Amino acid sequence: MGDESKKTLSKIPLLKTKAGPRDKELWPQRLKEEYISLIQYVQNNKKTDNDWFKLESNKEGTRWFGKCWFIHNLLKYEFDIEFDIPVTFPVTAPEIAIPELDGKTAKMYRGGKICLSDHFKPLWGKNVPKFGIAHAMALGLGPWLAVEVPDLIEKGVIKYKEKEQS
Amino acid sequence: MSSILNVAEEETSSNDSNTESSSNDNVSYIPHKLVHSDQCYSRLMALKRMGIVNNYEKIRKLCITIVGIGGVGSVAAEMLVRCGIGKIILFDYDQVEWSNMNRLFYQPRHIGLSKVEAAGLTLSSINPDVIIETHHMDITKVETYEFFLDSLETSGLTFGHPVDMVLSCVDNFEARMAINSACNEKNITWFESGVAENAVSGHIQMIVPGKTACFACAPPLMVSAGIDEKSIKKEGVCAASLPTTMGIISGFLVQNALKKLLQFGKVSDYLGYMALTDFFPTMTLKPNPFCQDNYCKIRQDEYKLNEKQQPPDNCEPAPSEDSVVHDDNTWGITLVSESEPEKSHEQDLSLPTGINREFTVDSLPCNEDEEVSVGEETLEDLQCKMKAL
Ligand SMILES: [Zn+2]
Repeated sequence: MGDESKKTLSKIPLLKTKAGPRDKELWPQRLKEEYISLIQYVQNNKKTDNDWFKLESNKEGTRWFGKCWFIHNLLKYEFDIEFDIPVTFPVTAPEIAIPELDGKTAKMYRGGKICLSDHFKPLWGKNVPKFGIAHAMALGLGPWLAVEVPDLIEKGVIKYKEKEQS
Repeated sequence: MSSILNVAEEETSSNDSNTESSSNDNVSYIPHKLVHSDQCYSRLMALKRMGIVNNYEKIRKLCITIVGIGGVGSVAAEMLVRCGIGKIILFDYDQVEWSNMNRLFYQPRHIGLSKVEAAGLTLSSINPDVIIETHHMDITKVETYEFFLDSLETSGLTFGHPVDMVLSCVDNFEARMAINSACNEKNITWFESGVAENAVSGHIQMIVPGKTACFACAPPLMVSAGIDEKSIKKEGVCAASLPTTMGIISGFLVQNALKKLLQFGKVSDYLGYMALTDFFPTMTLKPNPFCQDNYCKIRQDEYKLNEKQQPPDNCEPAPSEDSVVHDDNTWGITLVSESEPEKSHEQDLSLPTGINREFTVDSLPCNEDEEVSVGEETLEDLQCKMKAL
């Protein structure tokens, strides 16, 4: 991990409550922490002119969806993202998926779940329950996009879509 | 999405079992195992006559749940079905794809079918005596996990009774943790299995809740490839697989499941396989009293209490004399393996050669001002705020 990403990571508030979606009493508390941490992370990104995703969840906070985007050669490439909060969360991280890229890259599991680096899972495991969704985005999806998207563009697997420019 | 197959109806009044036509016009309700079981099970019942397995017929009363029926699970299911298991329950959410064809079991004609459907069809045609129940679902999701728990508790061979064992043949940490917490909660013995993404190592691990370490008791183990890990290039690929490694792990898995359920031989608590060097480390893992899974701790207390009240279990042989117990060993790991090559420098000395922890828990110190502070805002407020960003 570079110094810059370490700095970004250190500014994401850590979470306190160890509770998954089956924990009726404590899950709402954990969910609040998730939102506060995510809001802070998005605000940090906006401040440093590095806003790169938008997320929302269902009322229960068990299913998340939104968009992420990546700028390459001044063009903006946008993708829909989604994931479920597994019953074993936060011991296990959410598995972020980009369904529209399913089958287009080997760095993906079925359903478009991104293939994370060997460093991600141990790092997450060491930081249970302090890491949350914002950390999964910063450590999982962010680096994945940075490596895979330029490669997919170069290979012609993904093409710039005019209408996405808003 | 769920179904029970029991296509046991190809019987005719004659006993010419060569007729393979399964014409549905000939549906007969004579229990057909009486007619051809002599031939089908003769080599299995010979195990009993030879004194290897004293109660082989018990297998007809057993129910095993298999989660994940890919390269390992499908082959394990076929082995159990050919052994004449009473009932198997299959869970999987995947479809058969071309990229699965380098493994055993599925065939090109299955492509596009769900794995449970394809497996159900094949398995019931191999042995119609077996009750096969299939569920096309991902058990790690909140909505389906409850169903899975319920199934473990009530879907045994006799309705309302628990299943006898679970075999985990999944390929990811999330699903293993979900199976682990379910089996701890319902107190069901299970086997974890895995093949590394480099396709040249694998393992099986028996978990008896409260007695042996559960999957959450310590950071996950990994069996090394037996070569310099840094020489394995992972750019541009997620996972490799070989039918050989998967078939071997399936065989180890079902062999040890049979030994445990039919009480013969010695069951390995943990068995690793390093294909490049043909090295098979084994060990025993004791549960962690500080396990993060609360049901694990409950089962540990129950086990200790039971142990005090009952004489030691006779069916399991005493540990071999050459086993080593490390007193300073946090996870209570006992080495059973003796024929070990030289240990490498990075080796965790409490584990046999070739087995390592994926990480160690040395939690980073944490300042309170780095933590979230939850104010008066409601969840709805926060959800709106996030949306408006
Ligand atoms: Zn445990």
